[in-house]
Amino acid sequence: MASAEAPLEQPRSPAPLRRRPERGLIGGVCAGMADHFQVEVIVVRLLMAMIVAIGGIGVAVYSLAWALIPIAPESEDLPRRPGAWREAVLMVLGVVGVLVGLRLSGLPIGYAVVWPLVLGVCGMALVWRPTVSPSSSHPRRVSLREFASRSGRIDVPRLVLGALLVAFASASLLHTVGVLHSLGKAIGAVAIIATMLSLLVGPWVVRLGRSLASERAARIREQERAEVAAHLHDSVLQTLALIQKRAGDPREVAGLARRQERELRHWLLERPTRTDHDSVATALERAAAEVEELHRVPIEVVTVGDGPLDDGLEAMVQAAREAMTNAAKFASSAHVDLYAEVEPERVEVFVRDRGVGFDPGAIPTDRRGVRDSIIARMERHHGRASVHSTPGEGTEVELVMERSSAA
Amino acid sequence: MSSQPRVVIVDDHHLFRSGVRAELGDELAVVGDAGSVSEAVAVIVEQRPDVVLLDVHMPEGGGVEVISRIGAEQPSVRFLALSVSDAAEDVIAVIRAGARGYVTKTISASELVEAVRRVAGGDAVFSPRLAGFVLDAFAADRSHDEAPSPQADRELDQLTPREREVLRHIARGYMYKEIALRLGISTKTVEAHVSAVLRKLQLSSRHELSRWAVQRRLVSFDGT
Repeated sequence: MASAEAPLEQPRSPAPLRRRPERGLIGGVCAGMADHFQVEVIVVRLLMAMIVAIGGIGVAVYSLAWALIPIAPESEDLPRRPGAWREAVLMVLGVVGVLVGLRLSGLPIGYAVVWPLVLGVCGMALVWRPTVSPSSSHPRRVSLREFASRSGRIDVPRLVLGALLVAFASASLLHTVGVLHSLGKAIGAVAIIATMLSLLVGPWVVRLGRSLASERAARIREQERAEVAAHLHDSVLQTLALIQKRAGDPREVAGLARRQERELRHWLLERPTRTDHDSVATALERAAAEVEELHRVPIEVVTVGDGPLDDGLEAMVQAAREAMTNAAKFASSAHVDLYAEVEPERVEVFVRDRGVGFDPGAIPTDRRGVRDSIIARMERHHGRASVHSTPGEGTEVELVMERSSAA
Repeated sequence: MSSQPRVVIVDDHHLFRSGVRAELGDELAVVGDAGSVSEAVAVIVEQRPDVVLLDVHMPEGGGVEVISRIGAEQPSVRFLALSVSDAAEDVIAVIRAGARGYVTKTISASELVEAVRRVAGGDAVFSPRLAGFVLDAFAADRSHDEAPSPQADRELDQLTPREREVLRHIARGYMYKEIALRLGISTKTVEAHVSAVLRKLQLSSRHELSRWAVQRRLVSFDGT
């Protein structure tokens, strides 16, 4: 299943080592490793199971990997694969079966040493995990509730469990080695010293931690401010300078202001400007922006719904572009309205101006552009175009494309 | 309306206030302006205007805050939101707070006068963009919940075909008069439809509407 989904992230060929919990059985470690080393996930799983079977070290290896490898950012909010837990339990049962089998066969593997080690490392993995979670290593906008649930409530039991595991493992190891009884006094001494020390320096450490955190927050704020300032400088201030220079030309000034407005809006709404795969709405918006730029007539674009472009819709956008160009060039209208409604069954686009209008009966002779590039283009792609115009009241071009054939 | 509607302009940009004042001065009675939420509340309480032109984005909570402080006390004061923002969540928020309309600041002076008159007369004013948002929001709702929620007032959660048609025409850039002509109904009926949509927008108890508005901003379209 890993290989089937691999093409999804083809831009980065050597995928960084990241866990993919949504594809994994337990924590997505094997799935992530399979991505990284570009092998089938089942190979990694078998290897892992074998390491687990040989005395249980694999459990420790897995736990460490789970703790230390961050989640892939794109898998963070994805739900886990249904049934993954069942598969994981089956796998664990299988491994336990193999272990019991080995034990019965009487091979000397030294469980008295191995299992405490395994438990200890598992405990450490639990304790370390929160400090290397991706939310702290690369800042991401997280809602307050999400943040609280991530670092507050869940972590306390995890820390306690981890610490207990480590303590238990150390105790049983020490017991095995046989130094437990003489250790009592030493532990007492260490505990007393530790208590004194923590009483002495504890408040200072806490204060240091707090001031570090607030310093970090200030630094992030400062970075954000610098980024905003840089953007404003590159865009808005430049445009304002241009506007001052061209103050004598109202059309030019309006055009500059309009372009800057559009750009700033995009930036504020953080909509990435895409070129690779476009939606109907973004393609229409871009076409409108181009026409606006060329002919200096503001075009108001309103879209309802959205969908991916196909050949027919591409042609439709071209036709709409032509209609906007006509409106901007010939109608002498103060502005042009474009309205597009993308529904599952069909797409409709209306381009309306409030300009001089014309007699639709006169199209064949002097407006070949309308016939060829709008009506004929739409009909070639099984769409429809109609032009409604009344002299003195403006023009509306209506484009309709059924989407039943669209994939 | 025999007399001119009395208008208060609320905007934290001084330049913009004086600009609008100059534009509206001949047609409407501008009786005051304010540059902050608390100033606005004071001026509105003192002047009792017919219409408040309200900037959406201001310090101390913006237009929504002004409406919530005034709305209950003085139900006769009507609000027309005026903004440079096209963000759906802003628009929906101010409408749901109680504004009777929303127009963008690029609107021409004559259209603004018309819009103020309309709001003063108790009607709703939708810009093409707002009409688009509403169509989008209610369409999104319709596709998202196939299982009807029994406790919700169904009537408030859906647009009638006629309302949809009227909104579609507004989004296409038609004026009320033209819409009436095209649909073969009176301008009053068009106004009634728009007011009904406004009511649904404000009263619909579904949280989907706000969620939709936020999602629209957060989720950038992936092309699939």
